[in-house]
This record gives sequence, structure tokens and C-alpha cells, in this order.
Amino acid sequence: MYTQSFNVPDSPGAKTVALAPSSEDPALQAAFDARIDADGRIEPQDWMPEAYRKTLVRQISQHAHSEIVGMLPEGNWISRAPSLKRKAILIAKVQDEGGHGLYLYSAAETLGTSRDQMLDGLHSGRAKYSSIFNYPTLTWADVGVIGWLVDGAAIMNQVPLCRCSYGPYARAMVRVCKEESFHQRQGYEALLVMMTGTAEQKAMVQDAVNRWWWKCLAMFGPPDADSPNSAQGMRWGIKRVSNDELRQKFVDATVPQAKVLGVTLPDPDLKWNEERQHYDYGQIDWAEFWETVNGNGPCNKERLATRVKAHNEGQWVREAALAHAAKKKAREMKDAA
Amino acid sequence: MSAAVDYLLHLADNALVLGQRNAEWCGHGPILEEDIALSNVSLDLIGQARLLYQLVATLKGGDCTEDKLAYFRDTHEFRNYTLLELPHHGPLSGYAQSSLEYGTTIVRNFLYSALMALLWEALEKSANADLAAIAAKSLKEVRYHLRHSRDWLVRLGDGTDESHARVQASLDHLFAYTQEFWAHSPAEAAAIAAGIGVDVTTLRADWDAIVDAALSEATLQRPAVSGYVTEGKQGIHSEHLGFLLAEMQSLARAHPNGVW
Amino acid sequence: MTTALKEWPLWEIFVRSKQGLEHKHCGSLHAADAAQALEMARDVYTRRQEGVSIWVVESKAITASNPDEKGELFDPAADKIYRHPTFYEIPEEVGHM
Repeated sequence: MYTQSFNVPDSPGAKTVALAPSSEDPALQAAFDARIDADGRIEPQDWMPEAYRKTLVRQISQHAHSEIVGMLPEGNWISRAPSLKRKAILIAKVQDEGGHGLYLYSAAETLGTSRDQMLDGLHSGRAKYSSIFNYPTLTWADVGVIGWLVDGAAIMNQVPLCRCSYGPYARAMVRVCKEESFHQRQGYEALLVMMTGTAEQKAMVQDAVNRWWWKCLAMFGPPDADSPNSAQGMRWGIKRVSNDELRQKFVDATVPQAKVLGVTLPDPDLKWNEERQHYDYGQIDWAEFWETVNGNGPCNKERLATRVKAHNEGQWVREAALAHAAKKKAREMKDAA
Repeated sequence: MSAAVDYLLHLADNALVLGQRNAEWCGHGPILEEDIALSNVSLDLIGQARLLYQLVATLKGGDCTEDKLAYFRDTHEFRNYTLLELPHHGPLSGYAQSSLEYGTTIVRNFLYSALMALLWEALEKSANADLAAIAAKSLKEVRYHLRHSRDWLVRLGDGTDESHARVQASLDHLFAYTQEFWAHSPAEAAAIAAGIGVDVTTLRADWDAIVDAALSEATLQRPAVSGYVTEGKQGIHSEHLGFLLAEMQSLARAHPNGVW
Repeated sequence: MTTALKEWPLWEIFVRSKQGLEHKHCGSLHAADAAQALEMARDVYTRRQEGVSIWVVESKAITASNPDEKGELFDPAADKIYRHPTFYEIPEEVGHM
């Protein structure tokens, strides 16, 4: 559930990617364009421009990496969940995120890139994932706030992707969104319950909201004006709604929810604009966003090293399973002979 | 009632402590598919623990709840097998740290699931109808856990030289702890006398058969065991349970009047 | 072993959502062999009671039609309108047929 504005360039620093004019077969290109313009779907074996393929692999794999890295901040509280019910909910939720990562890796694999190649991109630091997971989860209320705000922001992003032009990605997103519907609700409900509790619990919720609010707004990605990849993504039907539009939708949906919850959103400029019929909001710290995207946030190194460690320490297990499968097959062949 | 309570707590603590351990893999598994599988095992176990604690809370009455039992009892009040509280690695002192080791997880899940597949089946005939119902539900779950852990045991044992050596070491480390399965605690004896519990020693031959068949297929050696028999189910634990509970209970205890 | 060989093969997963319905493709996953693919499919694709039966097929065993041949494969069926019941006019008094 955790796509941000993805299509952040993978190599650090480079913020723009030129829209390479296609040097490929013009007839194929025309047929492709016509299908996209007619809101048709592209399937794995169809011809597609290399740039479309590359962009999709990058976007889907970044999305998948985000799900997998996104298991860590919330997983941080599984062992300490304050009730058995909340523990079960949290395990199920973090597990779902693993599942979503898996669906997305599978979708990207249909484009001819193996999961190992994608993981290699993540582990070597070349590939990006949602910047939001480079912030620490400091209290239990963070778990609720991640469900409410981070998943809420992600859902805004993901629902339009169910109509994305690439069939396997769209289908994976349908499955993800279906499963996702419990994530935001469980987070919000956990906070509602805490807000009926002790003064310390209420303070914990407000503190978590204060720490996560601006990061969630940044999750939608740079403003449209600074987001050159967005236009190409929209043209290709792999991004359906612009960053700013989604961000506004999120703010408008969240303000009344915060009121019901009884928390303050930490933005003095946040107020209803009668003329626009939307909430106005303050300035997002984009310098911090880019620092975090480019590896210099509070937990980037920890998150990445944790993924690498799990992968490396699992190597012997994966090898054993393959070796056993090969032995078993050889024995079956021998028996059959 | 006390016989039932003590016995149910033994079953519940087993499920909770092993559920807590299995959940440690969530986000750290050897491959994504296994994160998901082990989380399912954990969710089943925590679900079993909750049903059993709820049953205990009903029997005890007053303001007892599942969470009071899970979060506000101390180490010596836990009644789980010592086997289940051990960290996922070889023998180390309580405050020593080590990485998660998949072989240990698989061997432990296998040894315990093999027992519980038999025990839950026998408990379907418990004189306590509520326990019998929980047993019927848990039996389906544990049969899958047994299948999952047995498959992996065979894959690791009959995989590469490295995996064979690793999983044999895990087996050598953990097997002695299974002696505790067969030594009746007073609570078990009372529960058996009351018709609530099952005499596990009657399951031993079947357990041996399940274990020996799997080990043979996995080309692993069954370790000979003797010496100290752990007494976790009587509240005398290893150094590890204290750390597990300190972590698990910390938040709930920091906010004893909190609502979650 | 080369790096490429170290990756578990890919499997396509088909799930029957309930008795009486067909198995439907729902996604893929990696597993060392078919038995393991089945177990993993259970954990990955039926966490919410989505299925009562699972098939797994190694992805490389699937042969797919070529999208470039879509015209010659599928378009010729377009004008065979007489294959459809609505092609035929039957007097109303005959009732359902």
C-alpha cells in the first residue's frame, strides 16, 4: 500500500529524466499510443516502448520495495503490542504488506526483470522506496497513526492505480486495495480507543500525529510543477491523478477525521478556503524530503541494512530448498527410468 | 476448577510464547513467502492462546481478562514448556545476542507441532466441552504447522551440506528440551485425574514415530538425550523467558490503566 | 551455481474460490518445487478464505499465444453471428427456446 509519488529517479541526485523520443518501430509505437489513448490495457507479451517498460519496472519495483521496507517500522511494535488483539491485528497487517510486496514483485517480473535483480537494486542502494519508512516508530501510537495517515495517503495513491494501463500492475493493485481496506480502519480505530484512555495515551496520539503529518503530505511526492516524470506517467496511464491533486484530496479527507478523533493537525496555515472549496495548508519541507529520499533520513541506513541482513542470512535456506528440490527430482527421474 | 485453570494456562502459555517467537520473523524471513507463512503460524498460535485465556478468565471470574493473564503475570507464573521460550539460535546465555537462525525455528516448530497434533486430537474428547471445542479448531491449525515445519526439516536436512549441518546442530540443541513433554507436572496430573487433560505419555510412541520418520527422510540423526529435564511448565524457566516477557509486557505495564 | 540459478523458479497460482466454480489465475510466487509452491500459495493467496482448492503451474510451462497474431487467431470469429442464439427470430408464442 505504499506507493508515494513513485517515479522518483533511482540514481541519487538526478531529479529529471528526459522523455526519450522513441527510436523504435513507428507503426508499433502508433498502435501502442492508440491503445493507451483509448484507455486500453497493455499485457506482458504486447509490444511496448522500452521507456514504458523501464518506467514501469522502476515504479512497480519501488512500490514493492516500499511494502517490504514498510514492514519494518510497524514490525518494530509487534513484540510489544499492548493487547493480544492488537498484536494479532498488527501481525496480520504487516504480513499483508509482505503479501503486497510479493504481488508487486510478481507484476514487475512479467516485464522481464527477476525478483533477485530488483532486490539487488534495493540492497545496493540504487533503487528507491517510499521515504516515509525512513522515519522511526517511537511509540505505540505511531502504529495507529501509520494506519490512519500513511495508509490513508497510500490508498489515495493506489485506488487510481487499479485503472493503470499495465494489466498485471492494475490487477495487483485491485488485490492490494481490497486487502488494504482494513489497514486504515484498524489504525484509526486503535487511535479512537486510545483517545478514550489516560492523559498519557492521548498525549501519545497527539505526539505521533505531530511527527507524521508533514511526512505524510510529502509522501505524495514533489509538487506537480517540479515533477517532470508525472506528465509522462499520466500520458502512459501509469499515473492517473497528479501529486498535488491527490495531496489536496488527502488533506480534505483527513481534517474532519482529525476532528472526530480529537487531535490537532500541526499546521497553523491549515484552514478551509471557501473560494476553492478545499483546505489550504502550509509549506512542505522539500529539502528534508529529498535528503531522506537520497539516503540521509533518520533510519535509511538501518532499514536497508536490516533488509540486506535478512536476505544474506536467508541465503543458506534458499539454497537448501533448491538443492533439495533438485535431489528429489533426480531421484524421481531415476525411479521412473 | 484450579486443575482446569492451571492446565489451560499451560496450553495457553505454550501457544502465546511460541506465537511471540514466530512473529519475530515478520519482516526478516529468508524469503518473502516464508515471512508470510510464519506470520500465519504465529497468528494461529496467538489465536489459540486468546481462546484459552478467555476460557481461564471465565473460570476465574472477577475482573480477569485474557490480557491480564498475558501481560500481568510474571515469569515464574508462566507454564509453557521451556523449549518454546528459547531464542531462534543455538545455546547462549540469556543476555547474549545472536541473529535469528531459521533451522532452530523449524526444528522447534516441528517438535512442538508433532506433539500438539496428537495432543489436540486427544483433547477433542476432554471432559471440558469448551476445551474440546478449542482443541478441534487448533487441531486443524497445528496439522498445517506440522506439515510446514516437517517439509522444511526435510528440505534443510536433505538440502546442502551447510543446511544439513546447521539443522542437525539445531536438533542437537533442542532435542533435550522435549524430555519435558513426558514428565507430568502436578497440574497435568490433576487435569488428567479430572478428565480434562490428556496423559501425554500415552502419545509418546506416536510422537516418536512422527519424529523418526521425518528425521529419516531428512537424513538427520536423532540425538540421544539425558540429564536435566526442564521445568518450564512448573514455572521454572530458562534465562530467556524473562527477556521475552519484559519486552512483550513493557507497554501494557507502563500504562496499567490504558485502554487499547 | 550461477546467480541466476540461485533464484527459486516462478509459479503461477490458480485458486478455486468455491465448489462449483473454476480455478482462476490469481498471481504468482517463487518456490523451490511444486509441493512448496502449493503451501506458499495457501499462505500467500488464501489468507482471507479466498479458496477451497489451489493449482500451481511452473510459469515456464505455460505457452501463450502471440499477441501479434491476435488478428488471425481471433478476428475470424467476429462475423460468425449465426453462432449466437440472438441471430434467430422465433415467434413469440413459442416461448423460451
